[in-house]
Amino acid sequence: MTIAPDAPAYTGPIAHLTRDDIEQLGRELDAIRQEVIDTRGERDAAYIRKVIKVQRSLELGSRAVLLASIFPPAFVVGTVGLSIAKILDNMEIGHNIMHGQWDWMRDPKIHSTVWEWDNASTAEGWKHSHNELHHTYTNIVGKDNDLGWGIMRVDEEQRWTPSSLFQPAMNFINMCIFEYGIAMYDLELGRVIRQKKKGRRPSAEWEMAAKRTLAKVRRQAFKDYVAHPALSMVTLSGPTTLVANLIANFTRNVWTHSVIMCGHFPEGVETFELKDIPENESRGEWYVRQMLGSANISGSKFLHVMTGNLSHQIEHHIFPDLPSNRYAEIAPKVRALFDKYGLNYHTAPMPQQVASAWHKVVRLSFPNGFLESTNVRNAPSQFVKLVKAVRGDTRTRRRLLKEFEAAGAASVGKAI
Amino acid sequence: MGYMAEISTSPALFAPGEARRPAWRERFARKAWEVAETIATPLAPADYLDMFNPLRPGADLRGRVVKVTPETADAATIEIKPGADWQGHTPGQYVRVGVDVNGVRHWRAYSLTHGPRKDGLISITVKAVPDGKVSSHLVRRLRPGKIVHLEQAAGDFVLPSDLRGHKFLMVTAGSGVTPVIGMLRNLFPVTDEGVVEHQRLDVTVVHLAPSRPDSIFIRNLESLHEAGAIRLVTRYTGSEGRLDIDALTELVPDLKERTAYACGPAGLLDSLQAWYDAEGLPLQTEQFRLATVVTGEGGTLAFTGKTVDAPGDKPILDAAEEAGVLMPSGCRMGICFGCVLPMKEGAVRDLRSGELTVARPGETGPEGVPIQTCISAAAGECVIDHPAS
Repeated sequence: MTIAPDAPAYTGPIAHLTRDDIEQLGRELDAIRQEVIDTRGERDAAYIRKVIKVQRSLELGSRAVLLASIFPPAFVVGTVGLSIAKILDNMEIGHNIMHGQWDWMRDPKIHSTVWEWDNASTAEGWKHSHNELHHTYTNIVGKDNDLGWGIMRVDEEQRWTPSSLFQPAMNFINMCIFEYGIAMYDLELGRVIRQKKKGRRPSAEWEMAAKRTLAKVRRQAFKDYVAHPALSMVTLSGPTTLVANLIANFTRNVWTHSVIMCGHFPEGVETFELKDIPENESRGEWYVRQMLGSANISGSKFLHVMTGNLSHQIEHHIFPDLPSNRYAEIAPKVRALFDKYGLNYHTAPMPQQVASAWHKVVRLSFPNGFLESTNVRNAPSQFVKLVKAVRGDTRTRRRLLKEFEAAGAASVGKAI
Repeated sequence: MGYMAEISTSPALFAPGEARRPAWRERFARKAWEVAETIATPLAPADYLDMFNPLRPGADLRGRVVKVTPETADAATIEIKPGADWQGHTPGQYVRVGVDVNGVRHWRAYSLTHGPRKDGLISITVKAVPDGKVSSHLVRRLRPGKIVHLEQAAGDFVLPSDLRGHKFLMVTAGSGVTPVIGMLRNLFPVTDEGVVEHQRLDVTVVHLAPSRPDSIFIRNLESLHEAGAIRLVTRYTGSEGRLDIDALTELVPDLKERTAYACGPAGLLDSLQAWYDAEGLPLQTEQFRLATVVTGEGGTLAFTGKTVDAPGDKPILDAAEEAGVLMPSGCRMGICFGCVLPMKEGAVRDLRSGELTVARPGETGPEGVPIQTCISAAAGECVIDHPAS
């Protein structure tokens, strides 16, 4: 989509807004932000300390129970507890503290500069790729690596290549090993490998970061898969403890991957072209990009905590450094602004959002228009064409992609 | 974590026959701790241990509030059980206390108002100053059971180790009485039978306050006076007017023979210091709040990763904290050096004296010039070697 309401052919979701509207919207959001900052205090501090205490108690308790995990009930209780503890650590605690949401407390133990999380990715690497790049360049194709994490096609405007066909499988694998996926992504491993192929050596800085990440991966894996199982050997519970840790890490990976997919991938969430972002993007324009580039998950309080309040992805992207416990409180006000300015507040229950995100990943693994123009009758011929597009030379492929796109547009037109 | 050094034990402490076991035990303790670190990562074992006992040996120094006793309408004495690693103090010293006020950690320095006590508690007496966020919180909202953060006692406002041959004068104004009461209580313990005078000392206390009800510890001072332990001279400035040096020499004729201590606001200390300097006599002083402010143009503060605007009348510490930078801090009045950071480049002005400190790259060493951020304001574009996030 384009943030350029002056462009004549523009028909995007903010076509009805003038530049003044957008700046006024920005001011109204600033006012909401200021209100939270002015009332930040004891209640909020008590909240994060309580969450940390619950998480630590849960982790300690679950690990203790797993010492006897040879008994099935202990195995189940310990595994569930440890999974929840790891999710809380990554989401409501780690992600938000590293965002600086709690820096105002001036507590040197709960501060973005010192926090480390239970994840393969180092706090330092994650803060750079997430806070500096993703939150600044949200959903700008080619600039925001979170958009498809550099391994997927999540927007029609990204070029389709035969390897796009593998992206549902890639996404599934990434989901299972997500913590390592994040670590590789934070290191921009793909870019470095491409450069290496061209004969360019990675920078010394990168090598340091890679070394630190490897050390962290080793520490984390040693803890979960060697140290704790070894302690459990006292009751012969070593193997079951190992399995419990594997399950807990897997659960955390699948959960965090799903939550993060819900944040920006569901159908209907806008993406942006770098060329369309004004050179001096104003505060209001930046806000609008965050508002349209994010999607929420509706659900219970427990769900919100377990997602680290990324279920309020819209509020989080507008105000990434406000304490997470406040997102639910300001959500009605933010939503009222969406209504006032005629914008789409993208929210749905989790299963729906996850399905929608996966739908997009699958849909875009095919050429634009392919799925839309495929039905039971023409499936065989469509398949043959697709094979041709994969095998054919560049010209054939370009022609076929155009055909798919035209057919897709036609069938969508018919449906309407 | 720098814990390893603390748990290692000096082999010299053990008898020769036992020399083997402690080495074994030490190695075992070290190994056990390493295992604890391995299973606690990415947190530290201390993070879990603190959940059970925040006052344990090896923990960051903290204290538990045991009792809060009102002294006057706006002052209270707070008794604190310090953590196991508390190293004790000398009467007259202060302790830096970190407390969360409305969710935000603040540090202030307070005089210890007791000598070392049998019950191991320490006590501070706090007067709620107008607009004083921290002091008001401590006096009115702090409840027993609350954990506060501490640092080891510090300060050289103490009596000489050998008291023989000394006659003392202590000039105290307002809450400046607190370090002095710590000294006096230690010199003259009070029991149910009254003041136990175990040292024959000649101590004159000149106490200044707006009025008697405003005076913290006035009953303690009066009973020491009645028991003949000290000579107390009070001056209630609300009704009797300010005290000048001439009046002081009248009240204390042998002024020049006395080893002098003064604690109170800057104005009083400055005039006393000037007189003592002119006489060529020593004076030990302790100041309680940053008073004189010499302001200038201001500038910017470049931290690693963030640049902050800094007005010329605001301490760097405050300007940086308001911009969300986590700064080391302490007394906030230039005495404890808990806030010192290296300045690589730029100029800062001492808000008390107006004195400029300049760091020029190339001329100053690579480690920069240490500056006290709580009493320095930016006087140009400063580069501070401290991460902003």
